[in-house]
Amino acid sequence: MHKFFIRSFVSSLVLLFTFTVAAIAKDVKAAFVYIGPTGDHGWTYQHDVGRKAVEAAGFKTTYVEGVPESADAERVLRQLANSGHDVIFTTSFGYMNPTNKVAKEFPNVKFEHATGYKREHPNVSTYAARFYEGRTILGTIAGTMTKSNIIGYVASFPIPEVIRGINSFTLAAQKVNPNIKTKIVWAFTWYDPGKEAEAAKALIDQGADVIAQHTDSTAIVQMAEKAGVYAFGQASDMDKFAPKAVLTSVENNWGPYYVDRVKAVANGTWSQKDTWHGIGDGMVVISDLDSQMPADLRSKVKKLQADLASGKVHSFTGPIYDQKGNLMVAEGKTADDGMLAGMMTYVKGVEGDIPK
Amino acid sequence: MIKIVKRDQPSRAIFFFTPVLAIFLTLVSGGLIFFILGFKPFEALKFFFIIPIADKYGFSELLLKATPLCLIAIGLSFCFKSNNWNIGAEGQLTFGAIVSGGVALLFYEQEGFYILPIVILAGAIGGMLYASIPAILKTYFNTNEILVSLMLVYVSKLILDYLVVGPWSNPEGFNFPETRQFSDSAKLPLLFEGLRIHAGIFLALAAVIVSWFVFYKTYLGFQMKVSGFSLKTAKYAGYKGKKMIILVFLISGACAGLAGVGEITGPIGQLHREISPDYGFTAIIVAFLGRLHPVGIIFASLVVAITYLGAETAQIFMQIPKYTGQVFQGMILFFLLASDYLLFFKIKFIGSKK
Repeated sequence: MHKFFIRSFVSSLVLLFTFTVAAIAKDVKAAFVYIGPTGDHGWTYQHDVGRKAVEAAGFKTTYVEGVPESADAERVLRQLANSGHDVIFTTSFGYMNPTNKVAKEFPNVKFEHATGYKREHPNVSTYAARFYEGRTILGTIAGTMTKSNIIGYVASFPIPEVIRGINSFTLAAQKVNPNIKTKIVWAFTWYDPGKEAEAAKALIDQGADVIAQHTDSTAIVQMAEKAGVYAFGQASDMDKFAPKAVLTSVENNWGPYYVDRVKAVANGTWSQKDTWHGIGDGMVVISDLDSQMPADLRSKVKKLQADLASGKVHSFTGPIYDQKGNLMVAEGKTADDGMLAGMMTYVKGVEGDIPK
Repeated sequence: MIKIVKRDQPSRAIFFFTPVLAIFLTLVSGGLIFFILGFKPFEALKFFFIIPIADKYGFSELLLKATPLCLIAIGLSFCFKSNNWNIGAEGQLTFGAIVSGGVALLFYEQEGFYILPIVILAGAIGGMLYASIPAILKTYFNTNEILVSLMLVYVSKLILDYLVVGPWSNPEGFNFPETRQFSDSAKLPLLFEGLRIHAGIFLALAAVIVSWFVFYKTYLGFQMKVSGFSLKTAKYAGYKGKKMIILVFLISGACAGLAGVGEITGPIGQLHREISPDYGFTAIIVAFLGRLHPVGIIFASLVVAITYLGAETAQIFMQIPKYTGQVFQGMILFFLLASDYLLFFKIKFIGSKK
């Protein structure tokens, strides 16, 4: 009898606790601030896919799209923090200063800033993906598929993130084909279909028969489709926009991270972090490989993907030389995260100079 | 039967009535659009136009947003009144911001009361310099100022891009396209603790007062008015047209440049690629909605400013796409231009007689 009472008391306590946790969890609201429209089929679209995963996990979400990086960002952030949101994801680099500014005023709201480096307050975390791992795969494919040995690359801004991508891509391509050259066109935009298409055309005119991109629209793969050259999708699976040209895409998969972080807020276990996830953690995903690729290349890519995920292969394994022939990473060594985060020199085989 | 009759003279009452009519028609059509999209129209309109400014903070944000719009529109009204179609205020804003931002960066980590006035002045001069290009080309080479001023907008944005990506980028900023943060002495003082509204609003108010005085109390204002009605008349009257063209462009450029200063030394505090969400273009709507009248422009800038804020609120609370804000701005201009028809024509209802 006595035992029964204790047992039921304990179990009801447990039950009560579970209910309370569930109730708290349901109350957590997450907000997302987007730079572009949710229908851009690139950067913002993928963040919105991640938001939907948070909804599917049982949390309420809000988003504001097309928020310029001007003085408006701060107002939107403040309004979201003021209207009962517990965690706010700011998904563009330009929100870095407004995010930190508003975070100071709302110490109880958690802020998650994508691709930035400032964490000035304990309630600000940053997160980014190791897209360069995906670019190692693209480089391997490009180096194998090119016939002209000229590979075009449409780049956005000369920041470490983009330089790192170019290098990772070129190193992988050289490994399978030592004769390739990577030609870069700087578009100085993240999203401008007109400019991106022009840049792709310029590269195709210079003999490039595979085009890679570090900008977000589908204009480049569509231009490649028209010109009959190969290309790779960026951010989302762009195969349906250019079925012949697109060999594969590197997808940004934010969902697992977003669900994780919102759950951490709900459980009270959220703490400041700087997250940098790659293929292994599922933040970077390689889309289906096109059947135009020979079967042995496809199996090679699958293996490379598994090795990158397990850490057996690192995108930046020495010896790596810069354009002038100076050693950057010694044989048998790999580049550490500090070097990757500040990477501002091209490796050998990339043509041209980094714009200054 | 309905008959449309041309008026002998544009109606003065209708001149000031049409902006109100345009806003009313925009609200009705906006409600209709919300209804078609499946939202409750009155609730949506409430979130769009009332909730954003229902508290002190919201109202301060409205004034913050209206400040650059008002300032630029006042400047534009000098041009538009005298038949000079300056479409490039966005470029003058950008160039003003570049010059004043450059000066602010020169004073990086320096303190002093003299810094802010120099930074402000630099912005006005930058805007004037940039506006002088279409003005000089128009007066001496007879080029079309619409095209020149518009195309210079894109040039100014490319110059800004170049500077923040290259020579002016923050040395500690990992090459991201932005400059250092300005020192406090180079920033406009905030008017209230915790609100973003800054001293730039006094620049806008000063522009309103000066423009009213010039338009209605000076010979220059009269000359502008005559040139606006008829260039030939102005020529017969012996007005020095070239001088006036350059003058109105300089005033307009200075105002736009100051608006740029207000943004970068106010809420932004640095230079980067997106300093203005197209204030220079939206201000054209403001100028016309305000009937090129200083007081009208104050009201018009508030009305247009609220479409920006309302779009954000409506998306946060009702999941209405934020781009409806731009639809509202477009509708206001559309209905204004359409109802201006009533200025020159009247509709007569004629009873059918047998």
